Amino acid sequence: MPKPTDPALKASPWTDSDAKPYVRVEKLTKSFGEFKAVDDVSLNIYQGEIFCLLGASGCGKTTLLRMLGGFEKPSSGRIFIDGEDMTGVPPYERPVNMMFQSYALFPHMTVEQNVAFGLKQDRVAKAEIRERVATMLELVKLGGFAQRKPHQLSGGQKQRVALARSLVKRPKLLLLDEPLGALDKKLREHTQFELIGLQHRLGVTFVVVTHDQEEAMTLASRIGVMDHGEIVQSGTPSEIYEFPSSKFVADFIGSVNIFEGRLIEDEPAYVRIASPELGGIIHVGHGISAASDTVVWAAVRPEKINMSTEAPTATDNVARGAVQDIAYLGDLSIYLVKLPTGKVVRVTQPNTSRHAEAITWDQQVYLSWDDSSPVVVTR
Amino acid sequence: MNQRRSLFVITCIVFGYAFLYIPIFSMVVFSFNASKLVTVWDSANSPTLKWYHALLHNNEILDAAWISVKVALINACGAVILGTLAGFALARFARFRGRFVLSAMTTAPLVMPEVITGLSLLLLFVALEQAVGWPAGRGITTMTIAHMTFSMAYVTVVVQSRLATFDMSLEEAAMDLGARPLKVFFVITLPIVFPAVLSGWLLAFTLSWDDLVISSFTSGPGSSTLPMVVFSKVRLGVSPEINVLATITISVVTIIIVGVSLWMARSKRIATSPA
Repeated sequence: MPKPTDPALKASPWTDSDAKPYVRVEKLTKSFGEFKAVDDVSLNIYQGEIFCLLGASGCGKTTLLRMLGGFEKPSSGRIFIDGEDMTGVPPYERPVNMMFQSYALFPHMTVEQNVAFGLKQDRVAKAEIRERVATMLELVKLGGFAQRKPHQLSGGQKQRVALARSLVKRPKLLLLDEPLGALDKKLREHTQFELIGLQHRLGVTFVVVTHDQEEAMTLASRIGVMDHGEIVQSGTPSEIYEFPSSKFVADFIGSVNIFEGRLIEDEPAYVRIASPELGGIIHVGHGISAASDTVVWAAVRPEKINMSTEAPTATDNVARGAVQDIAYLGDLSIYLVKLPTGKVVRVTQPNTSRHAEAITWDQQVYLSWDDSSPVVVTR
Repeated sequence: MNQRRSLFVITCIVFGYAFLYIPIFSMVVFSFNASKLVTVWDSANSPTLKWYHALLHNNEILDAAWISVKVALINACGAVILGTLAGFALARFARFRGRFVLSAMTTAPLVMPEVITGLSLLLLFVALEQAVGWPAGRGITTMTIAHMTFSMAYVTVVVQSRLATFDMSLEEAAMDLGARPLKVFFVITLPIVFPAVLSGWLLAFTLSWDDLVISSFTSGPGSSTLPMVVFSKVRLGVSPEINVLATITISVVTIIIVGVSLWMARSKRIATSPA
């Protein structure tokens, strides 16, 4: 039975080599015929974490989640939860509960019966069931809805019933399959924070599957980015965003400008990359581990690019182009700037002042960025 | 709505329903006829309940009706159990080997001529009796078994098509919450598809109730069903009692159908609302 989150619990146990992982996935593979849905995945998840599996549809994230829940048998590899080998244990004997994407509320039962279902299977005493169900319904703010049938609830209410039903058994691990996918944008943002608050209070470890990177960034203590059945990078949201390990991750999380180039100077303190796509030199203020004269990619986030009508003094990390398109989003504006090389660069500028000197279509602008901004990836 | 209904559509409806219901209506009316001749309306003494009274004292017809009810009830229950199991297997194990053959085999009785089904069952029962001594002679038992073989096919089709649209994550959720597969079936799956099972039961009951051909092949002495008695009586000239019998049957069927339809419409509204 998991205790409520202990404040003494390390904030980031994954950096501590002595910390014992709560969920350990070892070389897990699932093949459907020739197709490998999950390919040799190893993963450690620590107690009290919200771990998000993020990826496009068909990347294997749901299959991995279903193996944690016991609904799919792994082709090879092992799953340990709280030290116990769970690889071959059927779903009804796992200390794991799942919240389904469709919510899967039983249509012929009331909200109360839905939430009580799991406890009934464990032959919990009637009085205790009533009490725990009532407490749980209060917690998800559905106290007055106990006697309703699922078809009498709104989408957000159904989502909360599903959450209550999966949490009432106090699982060691809660699996959530696109938990907010069916809600509209406003409700989704609100529910994200509720979910975090609830997880904090109950101390249950969450594994969340989502294709929505914003959702993953908000919820997760760590994100595992999946592609073609593999976890290509895992780390905290800011690690993934600021230090993507590959072009795929950089491109998948947020938007990014990627410049292909050749490494021309490779020093421990800095590197310089000649990029024909940029039509200039990219200067990066730290060393990287790549052989000289190899092809690399420099990724620069749109919000880290300065745009100005006056020429900057530096010669590296500079480009000149014409504004091709502007999208005004209220809090910020997106500019698409076309370089003489044909490359279109995306730049975002916050609209801090109401009467800023406006940059308009077809205007010539200079783009520049700090030497700490680019991230160099080799694949 | 101010849409003008075309004369053609109205004509279609009038003729269609007239074609369906005038024979039934005339029969109901003639069940209150006082005349001994079915086709002659005795306007002096009608309407009367004379033939209703006569029917209630006709032991041959009452016995046959009782046999029909017994056979239909046992058949419906047996066919629902077998048909639900078959429908479940066909809907669930979507890709097992021989699925197509099995699926075609369960639905074959739907298109098989009844004479052939009846004859083959008769031959089977005779052969079985000679080989193992069971079933001893033809009677209610053989007739019920025969009815089950074809009516379970109907149940299978109904249940299978309902399960095809069943949200599998409901079963997974129940298992996830600690219910074993067998319990999931009885507590989650069966209650949700129950309307389909019930309509399968009613279908099986009706098929058995009005079956004549297969019953004739597989019944024995003293086990004549109502359709068999009616059919043999009609050959000697229709008695007004038959009109009465038909009227009672129609009334009962109407009440059941309306009741079940209302109940199903209600539970369908619950089941199909997005979960």
